Amino acid sequence: MSLNAPPLRDVHEERGANFTEFGGWEMPVEFDSIRAEHEAVREDVGIFDVSHMGQLEISGPDGCELLDGLTSNDVARLDPGDSQYSTITAEDGTIIDDTVVYRLPDRDGDRVYLFVPNAGSDEATADRFRTHRDEWDLDATVSNETNEYGMVAVQGPEAPDAVAEAADDARTIDTLNRFEATAVPFDGVECWTARTGYTGEDGFELIFPAEESETIWGSFADTCQPCGLGARDTLRLEAGLLLSGQDFHPEENPRTPYEAGIGFTVSLDTDFVGRDALAEQHETGVTEKIVGFALEERGIARHGHEVVADDETIGTVTSGTMSPTLDRAIGLAYVPVEYADPGTEISVRVRGRTKKAKVEPIPFIDTV
Amino acid sequence: MSFEIPADRRYRESHEWASESDGQVTIGISDFAQDELGDVVFVELPEVGDAIEQDENFGVIESIKAVSDLYAPVGGEVTAINEDLFDAPELVNDDPYGEGWMLELALDDDAELDDLLDAETYEAQVA
Repeated sequence: MSLNAPPLRDVHEERGANFTEFGGWEMPVEFDSIRAEHEAVREDVGIFDVSHMGQLEISGPDGCELLDGLTSNDVARLDPGDSQYSTITAEDGTIIDDTVVYRLPDRDGDRVYLFVPNAGSDEATADRFRTHRDEWDLDATVSNETNEYGMVAVQGPEAPDAVAEAADDARTIDTLNRFEATAVPFDGVECWTARTGYTGEDGFELIFPAEESETIWGSFADTCQPCGLGARDTLRLEAGLLLSGQDFHPEENPRTPYEAGIGFTVSLDTDFVGRDALAEQHETGVTEKIVGFALEERGIARHGHEVVADDETIGTVTSGTMSPTLDRAIGLAYVPVEYADPGTEISVRVRGRTKKAKVEPIPFIDTV
Repeated sequence: MSFEIPADRRYRESHEWASESDGQVTIGISDFAQDELGDVVFVELPEVGDAIEQDENFGVIESIKAVSDLYAPVGGEVTAINEDLFDAPELVNDDPYGEGWMLELALDDDAELDDLLDAETYEAQVA
């Protein structure tokens, strides 16, 4: 399989990045050191190239109805410039993917939506939307724009200043609230600029024409630490944010939004694929749910390690790392609800050795 | 990028180094290896008194992004381990040939040192 390379591949290589394969894309995993990049985002500001994320545009008279029928949140309540975190669910209510849905300015009198599926799932998601559009006989256009757009995330407590400094009109940045987005020019390039991110910090995500990637990256080169996927993973895990394909997976680890701790993405007032199964689970409650934990002994729990309690395997670690901020080994795992309360003592089998751990509230750190 | 590869010790292809003095061998990992791993956050080592054979897996090193097994360049009885690494595993990044050493062995067989690469050959491998 040949890998997609982000438009900034050569720029990153010149800057000394190491690369990894992620969702079919060759992406920078580390520029300087994961710890240095992680600390820059927690204490100052860093920039991530996230051009591997998918971009799908839904337009036409029935675009809202289509999106509402395939995502768990309430799309209809979005005004232009609003965005929401949401999931795409299967008939049984399990998460196929998570996404952020943006409502763009109207075009030709119709609503236009952009949503951002995870790397590598853009085409399958577009197919799913087209299939349902045809089945439901809706008048909507589903356009896969992933290769047309570049995307960066500027994250950290100093992100507002860095973005305002780079923007052609700083005032627009000041007025943008969390999960609001608007078009802002940077060095003359209009970017769809949203106050969103995946690090637990204040920050912005910018979407722009792929051919302008160097201009936009260059606008932040002097003020922001370049960061790779390595730091993105430690940052999101400290913030208790899920990694698609790892903390849930439609085949290997199918989980509903309620089990995955993101029940807030489910609006049962809307009718969508998976809604009835989720309504039932909402009524009966979950039997397993995701929890945060920290090891109390030396070692690091990793994806796939078993969680043990009362001499029985009760779950599996889905994400685990050494937290650079907390200097402790933390992770996420699904466990039966009777083990889910913070403070519950569990163990994790790390390469054959059983290490004591304790359930902790997520996020592990204070986030915005 | 060029890596420090001191000529006063020998190397295993899997990037561990061995430095011998009066039958005692000190073992660690190379500058190249620590750079590849990135920020080291955990090191698991054997206990003093354990007998280790050449090429045996003697421990584990974990960085934020990766887990790697450690292999013994030579065999012998463990006479010391670097306990500082338990509290400060980053010493492996900061000083892989000095304060980031991992263990000392009482060498079983001098000839095992001959199985290892000299600095020049190892340098060619990681170039």
